[in-house]
This record gives sequence, structure tokens and C-alpha cells, in this order.
Amino acid sequence: MSTDRLSVLKTYKLYMGGKFPRSESGRVYEVTDSKGNWLANAPRSSRKDARNAVVAARKAFGGWSGATAYNRGQVLYRVAEMLEGRRDQFTAEVAAAEGLSRAKAAAQVDAAVDRWVWYAGWSDKIAQVAGGANPVAGPYFNLSTPEPTGVVAVIAPAGSSLLGLVSVVAPVIVTGNTAVVVADEFAPLPALSLAEVLATSDVPGGVVNVLSGSAAEVGAPLAAHRDVNAVDLAGAAGDTGLATELEVAAADNLKRVLRPAATDWAADPGTGRMLAFLETKTVWHPTGGLGAAGSSY
Amino acid sequence: MTHDATHPSGSPAAPAGLFTYAPAPESRAVVDIAPSYGLFVDGEFREAADGSVMTTLSPATEEKLSEVAHAGEADVDAAVRAARTAFTGWSALPGAERAKYLFRIARIIQERSRELAVLETLDNGKPIKESRDADLPLVAAHFFYYAGWADKLEHAGFGPAPRPVGVAAQVIPWNFPLLMLAWKVAPALACGNTVVLKPAETTPLSALFFADICRQAGLPRGVVNILTGDGATGAALVGHEGVDKVAFTGSTAVGKEIARTVAGTDKRLTLELGGKGANIVFDDAPLDQAVEGIVNGVFFNQGQVCCAGSRLLVQESVHDELLTALQRRLRTLRVGDPLDKNTDVGAINSAEQLARITELADSGEAEGARRWTAPCDLPSQGYWFAPTLFLGVSQAHRVAREEIFGPVLSVLTFRTPEEAVAKANNTPYGLSAGVWTEKGSRILAVSERLRAGVVWANTFNKFDPTSPFGGYRESGFGREGGRHGLEAYLEH
Amino acid sequence: MTVGYARRYAPLVTMPPSAAPALADVTASDAALRRFLHGLPGVDAVGLDARAAALGTRSIKTTAKAYAIDLAISMIDLTTLEGADTAGKVRSLCAKGRHPDPSDRTAPSPAAVCVYPDMVPVAREALAGSGVLVASVATAFPAGRAPLEVKLADVRAAVAAGADEIDMVIDRGAFLSGRYLKVFEEIAAVRENCARVGGGAARLKVIFENGELATYDNVRRASWLAMLAGADFIKTSTGKVAVNATPSNTLVMLEAVRDFRDATGHQIGVKPAGGIRTTKDALTYLVMVNETLGDDWLSPHWFRFGASGLLNDLLMQRQKLSSGRYSGPDYVTVD
Repeated sequence: MSTDRLSVLKTYKLYMGGKFPRSESGRVYEVTDSKGNWLANAPRSSRKDARNAVVAARKAFGGWSGATAYNRGQVLYRVAEMLEGRRDQFTAEVAAAEGLSRAKAAAQVDAAVDRWVWYAGWSDKIAQVAGGANPVAGPYFNLSTPEPTGVVAVIAPAGSSLLGLVSVVAPVIVTGNTAVVVADEFAPLPALSLAEVLATSDVPGGVVNVLSGSAAEVGAPLAAHRDVNAVDLAGAAGDTGLATELEVAAADNLKRVLRPAATDWAADPGTGRMLAFLETKTVWHPTGGLGAAGSSY
Repeated sequence: MTHDATHPSGSPAAPAGLFTYAPAPESRAVVDIAPSYGLFVDGEFREAADGSVMTTLSPATEEKLSEVAHAGEADVDAAVRAARTAFTGWSALPGAERAKYLFRIARIIQERSRELAVLETLDNGKPIKESRDADLPLVAAHFFYYAGWADKLEHAGFGPAPRPVGVAAQVIPWNFPLLMLAWKVAPALACGNTVVLKPAETTPLSALFFADICRQAGLPRGVVNILTGDGATGAALVGHEGVDKVAFTGSTAVGKEIARTVAGTDKRLTLELGGKGANIVFDDAPLDQAVEGIVNGVFFNQGQVCCAGSRLLVQESVHDELLTALQRRLRTLRVGDPLDKNTDVGAINSAEQLARITELADSGEAEGARRWTAPCDLPSQGYWFAPTLFLGVSQAHRVAREEIFGPVLSVLTFRTPEEAVAKANNTPYGLSAGVWTEKGSRILAVSERLRAGVVWANTFNKFDPTSPFGGYRESGFGREGGRHGLEAYLEH
Repeated sequence: MTVGYARRYAPLVTMPPSAAPALADVTASDAALRRFLHGLPGVDAVGLDARAAALGTRSIKTTAKAYAIDLAISMIDLTTLEGADTAGKVRSLCAKGRHPDPSDRTAPSPAAVCVYPDMVPVAREALAGSGVLVASVATAFPAGRAPLEVKLADVRAAVAAGADEIDMVIDRGAFLSGRYLKVFEEIAAVRENCARVGGGAARLKVIFENGELATYDNVRRASWLAMLAGADFIKTSTGKVAVNATPSNTLVMLEAVRDFRDATGHQIGVKPAGGIRTTKDALTYLVMVNETLGDDWLSPHWFRFGASGLLNDLLMQRQKLSSGRYSGPDYVTVD
């Protein structure tokens, strides 16, 4: 009889409104490593889970978008700190999920941490880069400011379970959007663990909501949902049928759509993923003169 | 085309008094409209492949102005091919050379601005005062503005070496025919794209005159192609596989259809769609200017403006005072002959649009809102709708929810700033909003909370080529104007 | 404004006995007056300028132009206010007032001839029986920097000499330093001194010198202040500073008299003065009157132009309308 200690397994759950519920459907599916070994049973999210996640995201939008940019930057930096602290756990999960060596997986985790830090720093800079004063030909003050578009449904990329995930979630929320994230169906565990990091990092509940399951099953109601403002279809890369279906559904309320594209998640991401989910608001106000005055007696 | 066609007789209607303005018609002789026009493809005018034509009318008189070709799929294909062929050379030109073409175009527009203003007024029905003082100056300014960008794109914030997208399919509405053309064509060309543009079915003429301006400017053939036609023409253009970029301004319903059409393709898309703008007047507003802003907000261009301030949200404590002043002001509006220099409100663009306005206005009455119409005599010929208010409107009325796109203002009230913002945002649209208050902090707080792409504070319906324009939510996506307007036409 | 405005302000508005009943609260103290004047709706300068400019684009042709030219002529306060004025100069101007266009006796006469107080007797005699009124600036015009008693004596002298109308200047120093009650009381005192021995009174025009008040908000406040104090007319300026009447500052005053009548039932006249030189200028002002106030103010009793050179330009345009040929300065009289 072995004296090895039997480990305690983690039950992976969804993340919604700052809480960790099971799927309301009660369904789970087997998640395996790259060699087919069982890792965990992940919740298989339903349409109703998607709906509940949108409600949570909408509820969180006012507070998160209304927070100061400095505050959002602080919160996101805190996420990086917490992620760094769980480096070993994520290295193991990424290694298992993506079939990477421990060293390569660790490099992915490091890159993911660095990406959080990079995006965190954008919180109070993007408005200066993307907005500004417009020199209109008249006596008006005119200022364009980027604003978050609202609730963004994110279909996380397949095959990059943490770095890819972070690379699509951070740019959405750093500017004040809230997100409903559909994790990579076949490698959802890093995403579900990331939720635990978010929950302990001062990120208000509902700012990020994480669903595991089928992108097709959960993506469809999200893309069609009238209280969702935008969709990032990163995870539909390679599935033209799904991408098209979701884009068509998104047209119903004219969501902003970021189409899937072949992406090197390790490369410099640029500002594109932030700009895709920003609206430009332009405010005009008359200036006028000070009033001509003077006497010539 | 003869120049002796009839105008609505007499001066624009306004209540008769001691000082009655005599008719002051702008001369129509300044514009020479040909009896028929072809499509402008690859630098030449040609008939539609199947020879079909359509007629364009003066909405003020229902007089036939001209016959224009009706482009079909074969013509769309030819135009897209011409644009594709031209793209190679045009995109390879140094930016400074593209800039000079655009500067030429801007200058020629200025030179011909009176002619174009009269043409626009004839084809669209808008007052000459507006086409002369608003549309045409903005058209020229837009080309000037984007001309200057053509050789500075690497500094625009879209990467060190931004490239053009390719062939742009552009479909524009009838409310500001030439201005919407400028908003589409100027940034596209500046960025090195070539275009196929389809003007609206009821207002094709100024785009065809623009084709002539391109020829005068020596623009290489195929860089700008103009296809006149109807909705089917637009659909064929948007759906053509040779198109890299689609830009549409028009109704939200068609915008959604286009979004579905381009789904799953690599075509880039920007949409500038409808609106139901709220114009919020607080009790500490500069009231006389607010009245002017309300009038300008919903009666400019007969209210046929996507960013019109068609919902007046007035603080209850100042409602009676403001409404009395507004009604007094509306009694002085001069409705009639668009070519008369004193006309404030011209003709509705088409019988179809008039029917839509009429139906929605009737629904307002049926749903119990109080209708008030400015006293004015409308001409017997043409398409007319008197400036109209609906009082006692709630958010549940159709006239408060649906875009009327006509000279109809729905008046609602609110009690607190919070309520004003909530009501203003309570719409699927998000294009424009107005805020009137002398309190600076309230302007900033309310502006920040409004979900609209353009907020006019203590002013309304101001436009400038440097100022980005576009909507939130179902008012579309993408911005036109300013540095932001370049993004739609650059790969980055 | 109108009914709502009246409801809002009527309880506050207190009128001099001559103008309206129930003067009490608003002018009871400097503080009350300040609260009232600063509670008036603000003026957005850019919006105001845009509205004035838009009205300036009205195209007044043919019959409308003929009507407006004659109306404008009839509204002129033909003015000479020079240190070098002599009896001869004033008589010459009065002769022009009697017969503005010697070649066309159908040309209407201006409303009044406006002179310094010492020239009132000359003007009175020269205009006797003509129907042209005599207006006189008083109150140490144009600066108004004299003790109140001196100003009132100035007024009394002009009235006694036969002035039909008195154009006074307000104390801009007091206004700009917030002593509104002082301005109010001075206007009221001048008004009392406009009374004629034996009954009746000269009509009182109150000049703000908008160019010194500088902001449109101040022009609106000055308008209400003067109307509350019993002005018969409010007038933009003396014509002696850099900024005189402009379409914008006149429009603020037109709005003020409109709102004042709605609030109190009392109609007050408006007189832009200084810088109005051409027929086109005059037509712009008449369009503003027409579209802001309407028929009730389209008469010399309620609207005036303070001008001198304007008359000849109107006459030349009048000749052009009747002859079809452009006229020239040799065909109008220089007086």
C-alpha cells in the first residue's frame, strides 16, 4: 500500500458577477491534457449561463467605466502581481493544456504577466493617444474622447490558453468595458484559474465573467444578445462557418465585431484590440470672445 | 434642360405682416442640367449595360430634372474592375501627389460652389441658404482637410507605414448628397484607395457633377467611379467580391442588412446610420440660444438629418416658458421655394419620405400626443411638411422612439439631471445629443454620461472636417472626419 | 419670456409708478436687484452672434426693400453731436430733416433731430411745424461723469428748451462695480426730471454704452434695469466708443423688450446708435425687429436708428429703386 498522499483536486467553476457558480444546466465535460489524460470536469455553460453573465457584466459596467483610469490601471497591475504569485500553478496548467515543456509553459506565463502589466499601463494613456482636441473652423472648443463601448463578448483564442486569453481580455477591460469570456473549449482550465486571480485582485465582480464550454453553443446567444455591444471572435479563427454565423447574429443590434485573424500572441499587440472596443465621443462647446470693450472718450 | 421650369409661386410662406419679404429667388441659370446622364466608370460616362434609366425630380415642384442611368450588376462589376485597375497606380503615387489632386478638387468645388449649391437645392429640395452656406463650404473644406493628410499618414497614429485598403464601395444618402460624398471620397482617396460610389436614388445629380470635377482636376481614370441606381444597385456593389471596404450612410435597417452581407468576408465596414437625438434643456439654459438650437437641431434640412435633435427633453420648471418661446419662433419660419434665399424650411426629399413622416406623425396623434403645427401655407405642388411639434410625449410613444427624419419635434420633460440622462440614453440609437445649461460642471457631467458619438453643448448641428462624427450602438460604427476618419481607409 | 416668464418674474418685478404697479421687491435693495438681474437667463455669445448673422443673410428685394427703406428713414434720429456744432450746422441738419431728398418730396422725414442740450432751442425753432421731433442727449453725455445734480440740471435744461426726447447715459462705473441700485435710482431721477412744466414729459431713452458693458449678459441686465426704472427706450450706445450698436447687442435688447412686455404688459422702444451707415445695415436691423418683435415695433415710435450718414445711403438706394439707376453722393445733400 502506497504512502503517497492523495492530492486534493480542484472543482473548476464558472466565474460570474464575482461569484463561482456551476453551470445552471448542471452539465460538465471532460477536459484532458494534450495526450488525452483526464484533467478535470469543466462546466459546460448553457445559453442561460451566457445570459446571466451578460447581466453581471452590464451591472458592473457603470462602476468600472466610471472608475478613474488610474484606478483601473492599479487594479490591473494588481492582477499581474497576483498572477506572478501563482506562476507555478499556471505553468503547470498551461503545460498540461498546451502540451508544452515546463520551461516553455513558464515562458508563456511570464509573457502573460508582462502583458497584463503592459495593458495596465495603457489605462490612463489611451485617451491621450486616441483622443484630443480638434481645431474646428469656428468659435468652438471641440474634444474627442475614447469611451468604452460597453459589454464585450470575447471568444478566447484556441491554442493559447493563458497568453492568448490575457491578450484578448486585458485590452477589453483596461479601457472600462466589461467582458463575458468564453474560454478555449479544449483548454479552459487556465481561464477558470485566471478567474480566481481576478476575484482576489480588486477587480470588481462582473467586470470579467468566464464561461467554459462550446464556443458555438455559448457564442451564439452572446452574439445575438441585444445587451451586448461588441464581440471579439478571436476564438473562431479557423472556423469560418462559426465566425460568419456569429457576425451575422451580431448585426442584429450592430455590435462592433473584431473578426478572427491569425495572430502571433507573443508579438507586440499594438493598440488595435483596445481601439476596437472604444467609441469616440466628440463634444462641442462655444467659446466666443470675452466681449469687446473700451472707451475712447 | 431648360431653365424656365416653374418654381413654387410667391415668397416662402410666413404670416403676413407690415414687413413682408418679396420673393428673392437664387438664379437657376447658373446650373446647366443635361437631359440625361450616364454612369461614370473608368473616367468616362457610359450608359447602363442593360440601357435602363431612371428619373430624378425636383421635390419642390415634382418637375423632372433629368434622366440618369440605372446601374445593374454588370455595371457594378465594370466599375469595381476599373477601380481595381486604377488602385495599383493610385496607391503607388507619392502622398504629396495624391494631395495635389485633392487640393485641385477642393478648389474647383469652391469655384463652382454656387452652381453646385443651386443643383443640390433643385435635386434635394433643401433651402439654398443651407446648400450655399452649409453644404458647399463643408464639402470644399472636407477635401482640403483630407488633401493635407495624404502625405502625412505615417504620422496619423496608425502605424509607421499604413497602407490603403483597396477598392472602397461607398453608398450615400439623399439628405446631404454632395457632403456625404465628400465625407466618403476625400479620406478614401487621401489614403490611396479607389472608390465606387453610389449616390442615393433620388439625388444623383451632384455626384455626377462631381465626376465632371474629377475630370477637370485630371484625376486618373478609375480612381473615382460613380454608379447611379437604387437599393439593388447598392446591394450589388456592397456584395461584389472585388470590394475591400464598404462605407454606408443611411438607415439602420439597411445598415444591418449590409453588416450581414459582409459577415464572414474580409471586407472592412463602417456604418453611419439613424438616430433619435435628445436635446436636453436645463432650467438654467441660455434660453434664447436654446430656442435657436432646438430649431436648428430639428428643422435644419427639414429634419432629414441623422443627428437631428428630434427629442426635446426640457426640465419641467422651464417647460412652459421654453415652449411658448419655441412656438413663437416657429411662427417666423419661412417654408417654401427652396431656391428663395429667405426660405428656412424647404421641401421633403421624396413622396416616399413624405409618406413616412406623415404616417409617424399621425401615429403620434393616434397615441395621444398633442400636435401643434406652425401656421404656414404650403405650396400645392411638391412634397411638403409643415414644422410640427408633439407635446406631452412620453418615451413610450412611437414619435419618441422611431427616427422620423422630418421636421417633427417630440417634446418630453424631466425633473432631474439623472432622469434627463436616463431618458436621453433610452434608445437603441446613439448618434447625437444636445445639452443646454450655463453650468459648466453639469455640461461635463452630462456629456460624459450620454451614450452618443457627438454631444453639442449650448449649440447643435455643428460640423467640421476636423471633428470625428459617428455613432454608438445602432447608430453605426466607425468615425468620419478628423484623424479618426482615416482609420476606415487604412490597413493597420 | 412670455407667459411662463411673466409667471416667474411678475411677483418680483416692481415697476415705477409710471410704468407698472407693484414696485417693491426687486428694487428694494442692491442685493435684491442683483439677485434679480443675475437670475435672468444667460446669453451664449456664439449662439447669439450666429442668430444675428443668420438674420443678416435675409435678402430684402423690390417691394420689401422699398417699404423698409422708407421705414428706416422715418426711424432715424438724425444726429449731430460734435464739439464743433454751431447753430448753422444744426439748422442745416434740421432743413435736411424737413426735406431729406430735395429731388423727391415723397421721401419721408426722419423721426427726430438729435443735438446737445444747448442746441435744443435752435433745433426747436428750425423744426417748428415739421412733425420732426427734437431729441437731446443729456446727463453729461457721453461719459456721464458728473455729479447727479449736474446731470439732472442738464436734463431739465433740455426739457425746458423744448426737447421732446432725452437720451441719457447710465453710470457704467456704478453698473460694472455692481451698484445696480445707484444706476436704477439715477435713471428714475432723470425720468422725474423729464416732466414738463404744465404736464407731459419728454420720452426717456436710456443709453447703456454696450461697448463699455462688454458682455451680452451685462447688456441684458442693463436692459431690464433701465426698463424697471422707467425707460421709454433703451439705446445701445453713444456712438463715441469703439464698439457701438452691433446686430448682436441690439438683438439682446430686442429680446429684452419682448420679454419685458410679456412680463409686465409695457412696451419699450429700442434704439441702436453708432456704426449703422448703410442701407444694408439698416435692413439687417429691421429684419431683426420684424422677426424678433413683429409689427408692434415696426414704427418710429418704438424703434429708432441713431445715425447721421445712414440717411444719405438710404436716400441713394431709394433713388435707385425709383429710377433703376445707381445713384451717387452728388445726388444727395451734404449737411
